[in-house]
Amino acid sequence: MMVMDRSNRATAPTAPAPGAQAEATAEATAGVYGPLKISAQGVDVFYGDKQALKQVDLDIHENQVTALIGPSGCGKSTFLRCLNRMNDVIESARVRGTILLDGQNIYDRDLDVVTLRARVGMVFQKPNPFPKSIYDNVAYGPRIHGIGSGKAELDEIVATSLERAGLLKEVKDRLHEPGTGLSGGQQQRLCIARAIAVNPDVILMDEPCSALDPIATARVEELIDELRENYTIVIVTHSMQQAARVSQRTAFFHLGELVEVGDTEQIFTSPRDERTQGYITGRFG
Amino acid sequence: MTDIAREGHRGRPAAQHADLSQARLRRRYAAERRFKLYGVLAICLAIGVLGILLFSVVSKGYTAFVKTEIGLDVYFDPEEIDPEGTRDPAVLADANYDRVIRDAFERTFPEVSERRERRALSDLVSSGAWLVLRDRVLEDPSVIGTTERVWFRASDDVDMLMKGYIPRDVPETARRVSDAQIAWIDALDEAGQVGTRFNLDFFTAGDSREPELAGIWGAVVGTFLTMVVTLVLSFPLAVATAVYLEEFAPKNRWTDLIEVNINNLAAVPSIVFGLLGLAVFLGWFGLPRSAPLVGGMVLALMNLPIIIIAGRASLKAVPPSIREAALAVGASRLQVVTHHVLPLAMPGILTGTIIGMAHALGETAPLLMIGMVAFIVDIPSGFTDAATVLPVQIFLWADSPERAFVEKTSAAIIVLLGFLVIMNALAVILRRRFERRW
Repeated sequence: MMVMDRSNRATAPTAPAPGAQAEATAEATAGVYGPLKISAQGVDVFYGDKQALKQVDLDIHENQVTALIGPSGCGKSTFLRCLNRMNDVIESARVRGTILLDGQNIYDRDLDVVTLRARVGMVFQKPNPFPKSIYDNVAYGPRIHGIGSGKAELDEIVATSLERAGLLKEVKDRLHEPGTGLSGGQQQRLCIARAIAVNPDVILMDEPCSALDPIATARVEELIDELRENYTIVIVTHSMQQAARVSQRTAFFHLGELVEVGDTEQIFTSPRDERTQGYITGRFG
Repeated sequence: MTDIAREGHRGRPAAQHADLSQARLRRRYAAERRFKLYGVLAICLAIGVLGILLFSVVSKGYTAFVKTEIGLDVYFDPEEIDPEGTRDPAVLADANYDRVIRDAFERTFPEVSERRERRALSDLVSSGAWLVLRDRVLEDPSVIGTTERVWFRASDDVDMLMKGYIPRDVPETARRVSDAQIAWIDALDEAGQVGTRFNLDFFTAGDSREPELAGIWGAVVGTFLTMVVTLVLSFPLAVATAVYLEEFAPKNRWTDLIEVNINNLAAVPSIVFGLLGLAVFLGWFGLPRSAPLVGGMVLALMNLPIIIIAGRASLKAVPPSIREAALAVGASRLQVVTHHVLPLAMPGILTGTIIGMAHALGETAPLLMIGMVAFIVDIPSGFTDAATVLPVQIFLWADSPERAFVEKTSAAIIVLLGFLVIMNALAVILRRRFERRW
């Protein structure tokens, strides 16, 4: 069950947690970055009795790629799943704190989670196309949200989405063959096409390349860079090279805490925290 | 461990080391061969026992699919059938056709004159034989006054004699057919007036006290009606329950309790469900006795846990990544279930349902409790008509004293097994056809 602690909402923004230099960094560079898209304030996540995230404050800006890095089990995927409330489906998960999407708390009781997920799309670690045709995979989202009435309009949406995901050329002759018949890299791009077909503001990517070979990975990374123009992207990755290649901002998580957040270049060249230093130089993780 | 390994390396000669591993290898292979052999033996035993069972049933039952017939030259006597020559169907239907048959016998065996012997002679054909004549006359009244060879169904004793089930070499008092009757039959046989034909009536007639007239159609229709009620009641309820418990219900003490109880219900003896049906459906609701409606309701109760368990298992087998994918594009929980999870789980659910239905098809005990064990001649025409089902029909026939019911029993078992094989084959086909990989 999801439990929102409302008392935290009022206090979190005014009383920044210790080590929240992230806030300061964000404010200082707000001019450079686009407008604020998502603002997480004092987010705690519990799985049963175990606390997976501790007082995370993180700002995510529009039209840029924010990478979440950190060793396994550090809570970066957990945080990502808070952003579209995918943790709701986990029985034992509890989330506390505030996450503002365009200034509105997504954990507000009045907020419709289906609408939220239409605005915040997600791509998973393992490509998970529906066992349906390529066309139906992409058209599913628009269909359930009533976007694109009529076949012509839906065809248009499917074609644009596949085009944007860089997959149209490869599949346009076999749109009605099963999506599960594609290669791993193509499947992942199909999942990206599926996510952008409902025209979200934000795309969350949970290690989208970890099941792909280097060539498919390069293709997806290229795609992420192109998508940045129209979407806000948050990506969890295990590969620091990938974070360095695709992201403009990087947040380093360790043991459920947000250790450091800043410009990707700054994080990789002159980290402020020694844990970040240790991780990016490969001393642990 | 490392010490021992080092010791072995240095201390022992290499040949001895190899010998040891060879011996172990041989033992390992021997163990694997033994295990394989046990498996093969077990399967052979199972197939052997199954073969004996099938052979016994089929060898006893296949003769029920043919019937013995006696051909007689019948003079359609106008005096007997239509004395006033009105050709009124009511008169024709009411005529004494037994007399016509008796006359035909008398013309074939003119030497038989004694009353008792004449009775024994006309006992060669079934007591229902006159129906053939009536139908023939009603269909074409112009046969009246002519002579025509008509084939009559032989009585069950003659049928058994011709099929070799009644031995001829025992004393006359020890068998149901007299020496005189055997002599007549042999004479008819020699004249080409005894024949066999496919016993279509076995599949189209209802039950009867006369074995040669008894058929399974009544039981088949009763079974069909009962199964329809069972399926209509149990399938939607069970699928809804499985979906709710698996996809929507919170995991807490209550749902645990429900789960344990469902598993227990699947193991409750079927007669208990029968008693429940008797007490609740008949006693309390006042529903009609012996009706397929009540039988179907009882079997549906029995079927519910089986389908629920199979349904939950196949819902669980749908990978969570599919659910996440659907949720992430903004599908509601209900849409996730109806658009993705349920279609993927359907083959498994259907397989479970068909296996449950096959189980219900063979069920007898609970139906005894609600009165479906009655002797019912009519073919049921609705859900509330008195009816019986195939396994109960088998039970009834197996209990009858006449020798001819033995082959009927076996034949009905063959039909029931046929239905079961068809249903299980259907389950396999459905699973193959709709199984999707991801």
